[in-house]
Amino acid sequence: MSTTTMTLAKAITAGLDKVLADNPKSLLIGEDIGRLGGVYRVTDGLIDTYGADRVIDSPLGEAGIIGTSIGMAIRGYAPIAEIQFDGFVFPAFNQITTQLAKMRARSEGRFGAPVVIRIPYGGGIGSIEHHSESPEALFAHTAGLRIMAPSNAHDAYWMIQQAAACQDPVIFFEPKRRYWLKGEVDTENPAADAFKAQVIRPGEDATIVTYGPLVPVALAAAEAAREDGRSVEVIDLRSVSPIDFDTITESVEKTGRLIVTHEAPTFGGIGGEIAARISERAFLSLEAPVIRVGGFHMPYPVAKVEEQYLPDIDKVLEALDRSFAY
Amino acid sequence: MTNTVHEPSEQALIQLLTPEGERRSHAEYDSYIQDVDAEMLRGFYRDMALTRRFDQEATALQRQGQLALWVPLRGQEAAQIGSGRATRPSDYIFPTYREHGVALTRNVDFPQMLRIFRGISNGGWDPRENNFHMYTMVLAAQMPHATGYAMGIQRDQAGWDAERLEKDGEAVVAYFGDGSSTEGEVHESMVFAASFNSPVVFFCQNNQWAISVPFHVQSKVPLADRAAGYGFPGIRVDGNDVLAVLAVTRWALERARRGEGPVLIEAVTYRMSAHTTADDPTKYRLDADEEAWVGRDPLARLEKHLRDNDLADELFFKQVAVDGDEMATRVRVEAMAFPDPELAQSFANVYAEAHPLIQEELKWHLEYEAGFADTTEEGATR
Repeated sequence: MSTTTMTLAKAITAGLDKVLADNPKSLLIGEDIGRLGGVYRVTDGLIDTYGADRVIDSPLGEAGIIGTSIGMAIRGYAPIAEIQFDGFVFPAFNQITTQLAKMRARSEGRFGAPVVIRIPYGGGIGSIEHHSESPEALFAHTAGLRIMAPSNAHDAYWMIQQAAACQDPVIFFEPKRRYWLKGEVDTENPAADAFKAQVIRPGEDATIVTYGPLVPVALAAAEAAREDGRSVEVIDLRSVSPIDFDTITESVEKTGRLIVTHEAPTFGGIGGEIAARISERAFLSLEAPVIRVGGFHMPYPVAKVEEQYLPDIDKVLEALDRSFAY
Repeated sequence: MTNTVHEPSEQALIQLLTPEGERRSHAEYDSYIQDVDAEMLRGFYRDMALTRRFDQEATALQRQGQLALWVPLRGQEAAQIGSGRATRPSDYIFPTYREHGVALTRNVDFPQMLRIFRGISNGGWDPRENNFHMYTMVLAAQMPHATGYAMGIQRDQAGWDAERLEKDGEAVVAYFGDGSSTEGEVHESMVFAASFNSPVVFFCQNNQWAISVPFHVQSKVPLADRAAGYGFPGIRVDGNDVLAVLAVTRWALERARRGEGPVLIEAVTYRMSAHTTADDPTKYRLDADEEAWVGRDPLARLEKHLRDNDLADELFFKQVAVDGDEMATRVRVEAMAFPDPELAQSFANVYAEAHPLIQEELKWHLEYEAGFADTTEEGATR
């Protein structure tokens, strides 16, 4: 077993390097990803190895980036596009939802457009407007897309490669405030199937389901709850679409209580979908209603108050209290 | 109020065949149609006439309730046949949803095209068979795909010398209209193509009307003038002149193949019919406006040229009409014989790889539908 300590960002860099080395048809495209290496330096150095034809500094235009990626995919290439920030994906929303997601269905299965779209997402970085959003539910509602969100370096290294290998389009949400989180990456033994959720902390009394940037929050909350004598299981979803309901159901059948937390607004979010499905699948096992801990129904707030907006350890603990008090 | 409208450039409309069917020589573009003999001219006429007959048949099928919708192209036959015939089979075409004439030049089977409009398929044909992409209903969404495809060609042809590029080089034609010219994706597709010098020809059929909104609301300058803003050539051509369209498109494609980058062609034409069968042009345009273009009908023009120069006899025109009717009958018979699809088939092509939600919902759907089948059988035995 050969493990290396890497930040989550560098694990993605290493994963992309592997993809580019293994598949000559793969290429990267995005704003500032070449010479600069991306605003978060995730593609740093790759242009030196693979050249400007495979690490493409594009003009500034998200619809153009995704639209040309679709065209290159139709031609037989495997583009991995970068959208610089979560809040800037919307000019490409049409291309992603009406074109990318539906190419396989429209061609009656003759061909699809296996494009990967990398998006640094989420808040907690003290930034300005449109740099801290969590738009995953908007894409999860569209059939034809897959959505991944890794939470740690090892997963990030392998999941970006699994996304690139997938014949369906994948939106790869990178938890930007965890880019500098270090972890052990085993570069020889692949991570589990990217579309399977993982129980990352076993427990008996309640389950917390989360993904991406809130995984460390959920783990810390579970640890704090242990001091109150509560044994809390934590599930890292990893794939936001499809969702591995089997793993969640199995957990809830054991614990009887479920908290779902994500940074995205609660209303119309992934948590609601999980709550509904688990109510259908494990109604008789539930000791309390499924509780969602998410963002408020407001535009992502200004940085000075974002800590009050974001789900944190205390909010998750409060939700656990409500669940146990029910 | 000051008129701030930019003065259109003096760029002439390229025309090789006048509306009266007279051949005009052109210092630059004659050389691109030197191979066009009487047989080819008759072929273009036949293409245009068959396209118009197909359009007429499909319109009738819609009126009879056999198609959900039809998108007529009457008036745009020369723009479509001239540009389509300028391409090589290896070139890739991204059409809008009105390119039935271009489809003919790519050997797409007409009945297959009606699968979209009969509610059977959202694609209709296999784009890879004829390098003719599926119709795209979201205006201009296909434009950046065309640029991206051209960027792929560039990578496949990296290192080719000039000779090989000229012989085997591929190019892309991206079709759009005056209506979709205002969409942001047209802009981005042109910016990207210019930045990377990609082999794509942007072919705009300016048919003067975006459903009910006239061209002057879409643009204050000829669309070809916009190319200057991107740094590649823009050219205006008489879109009802099949020879001029052929020459100009050949020029643009050769240029693109040689690695000299994109071109914008504005083919000035007129949508002689409605936007779709759901449209009513009497609500927004005058008969006089339509009549003004009748004299510029692309088929009448070529017919006059063929007759005046003894390039085709009466028998030829009769045969084209007979062939058109035969084709129309085949289209009708085959289109009506398409089996209805099953919703269950739609689950298969949402994803390439196994997907738990799809599997779960398909299972539920099949069980639910099977429940009705039991009821019907019971009813039948009673």
